[in-house]
Amino acid sequence: MKKPVIFICIAILLCANAAYADSLSGRDILINVDKNLCPEDRVGVSSLIINGARASRTVKCKSWAAGMDKAYTQYLAPPREAGTKMLKLKDQLWTYDPTTDRTILIAGHMLRQSMLGSDISYEDFMQDSRLSSIYDAEVTGDEKLGDRPCYVLTLKAKVDDVAYHSRRLWVDRERFIPLRQELNGKSGVLLKTLTVNEVFKVGERWYPKRMIYKDVSLEGSGTVIIIESIDFNVRIPDSVFNKASLKR
Amino acid sequence: MIAFLLKGLVRDRTRSLFPILIVCAGSCLTVFLYSWMQGIMGDMVAVNARFDTGHVKISTKAYAAIADEMPNDLAYLGVEKLLARLRSEYKNVIWTARIRFGGILDVPDNKGETRNQGPAIGMAIDLLSPSSPEKFVLNIERVIVQGRMPSRKDEILISEGFARSLGVKPGDRVTLIGSTMYGAMALYNFTIAGTIRFGIATLDREAMIADISAVQEALDMKDGAGEILGYSQDMVYSDEAMKRLASRFNQQFSRSDDRFSPCMITLSDQNGLSDILTRSKAVGAIIVLVFVFVMSVVLWNSGLMNNIRRYGEIGLRLALGEPRGTLYARMIFESFTIGLVGSILGTALGLAFSFYLQNKGIDISSMFQKSSMLISGEMRARITAVSFYIGFLPGLAAPVAGAMAAGLGIYQRQTAQLFKELET
Repeated sequence: MKKPVIFICIAILLCANAAYADSLSGRDILINVDKNLCPEDRVGVSSLIINGARASRTVKCKSWAAGMDKAYTQYLAPPREAGTKMLKLKDQLWTYDPTTDRTILIAGHMLRQSMLGSDISYEDFMQDSRLSSIYDAEVTGDEKLGDRPCYVLTLKAKVDDVAYHSRRLWVDRERFIPLRQELNGKSGVLLKTLTVNEVFKVGERWYPKRMIYKDVSLEGSGTVIIIESIDFNVRIPDSVFNKASLKR
Repeated sequence: MIAFLLKGLVRDRTRSLFPILIVCAGSCLTVFLYSWMQGIMGDMVAVNARFDTGHVKISTKAYAAIADEMPNDLAYLGVEKLLARLRSEYKNVIWTARIRFGGILDVPDNKGETRNQGPAIGMAIDLLSPSSPEKFVLNIERVIVQGRMPSRKDEILISEGFARSLGVKPGDRVTLIGSTMYGAMALYNFTIAGTIRFGIATLDREAMIADISAVQEALDMKDGAGEILGYSQDMVYSDEAMKRLASRFNQQFSRSDDRFSPCMITLSDQNGLSDILTRSKAVGAIIVLVFVFVMSVVLWNSGLMNNIRRYGEIGLRLALGEPRGTLYARMIFESFTIGLVGSILGTALGLAFSFYLQNKGIDISSMFQKSSMLISGEMRARITAVSFYIGFLPGLAAPVAGAMAAGLGIYQRQTAQLFKELET
């Protein structure tokens, strides 16, 4: 007599869980995505394989980030880029070049320039990555990407000062990682795509391991970003996020 | 008889002075207008050739398609080898590699922070090699306003106006913020060696001239250059010769399946200069045609007036038995003499005015301060071989044509009526 009751309870729980998942609003899904992708403090090493029209280059860098407002990146390779540092403090971005010993504020139209010749612009780097704070989301479908079932979300910016006014996201239903993003301009024209090819688990969190950023206006097959290592909730001293640290 | 006719012309000023003045004015105007147009058109072509197009330009096919955007990501790589080959196979042409680039020139304060900055249009040329033709092509040494020629690869020249707007002087350090050929941000420190003024508004606003080796380093363009320019040894552009050269080069080097293979284009294929060259040729012809037509009409009218005034004289000469043909020929001879004198005077005057404008240009730079075209700020005339006969020959032809038209009246005079006319 007990077995059927347990079975029914489990079935009810599963159905409830499925019903909960299906009842998630676009905003709920975005909040889950943000929880996954925007941890408080993190330190990571990544490689950028920049596939240009004529050649490919690999740039290696180490990044420290505290929340969404502070980030510090130091390029490790190739020799031409090694020692170059970037500091993001709220809405300001500074870069330090060791060969000229100059610290330059990247502002205005320079923000739209490509970072290291990749498909990523400085503006992309500066953008608040908490999608739920800048976009309204609506679930517009269900699709499978590879073998992963996904929510299809359509995002519309709720603020004007944003690089991409709308996005389409394919969010993994189980891991809450956007496996594909289409980033559109104000007129709705497609500007960039971001495709996650590989994910990995860091502690309890799923995180993209390998992704391809592609600016549709550029030649080449896009910029591959590979997260080689990443640690979350690491205590980073405040002195790192200081202009003086650029010249150190 | 000739002496008699000439005496007639000299003594009867109404017969010679007015027509000579007209022919003289017309010839003078033609010579001057032609030389002036040649100066303007020639200057435009020469300035474009020196600073931008060369007489021929080699770049990759991909670069050539959007050359106005200065797409250094599509630059030609392997410049040294190609230059060596060009210099051995095409010896009658001066070859030089250049990189055109844009960027921001940033002036630091004593803490290294940005004090001032402005957009720069850069030209990287071979400034340092002793055998470099650039000093001669761009005439750089003569346009230095302050400072000196760069002697190290990290020294640059910037336009005087640009230096003033940035608040810098020779000896100051500036940082170029640009983009490498792979699209990454490029930073490179330069020292200002001197300031320049080319007299070309678009260059004098924000020009920066640097040595090509430094810019290759700054923009990560090892052994690369956006353009290789070629000039004829005498710096005179011949469209036919350059088109033959381009055709030969393209057959030898250009490959249809490789957009990074080099291709050569001529000056006339760039910046709409073929139109200017065509117009330059057409202008001379148009001026001559208009001049001949207007002068002929004026002198025909003058001839008609003369015929009316000399009605009695012509009638008497016919009555005395002078054949109509001889009279007609003598009137044409008189006109020819008038044309000859007027043309010589007019051509001399026109050449004198043109010579003055050739040496002392008129400053029109204020008209082109916001222009982005490569136009010299000084308007000058240019005397060519054609200037010596472009006013002279029509000046000779117009009175003759006028006299031929007006003189036809001689054949309409009735011999039977002549004595009656003389009696009245």
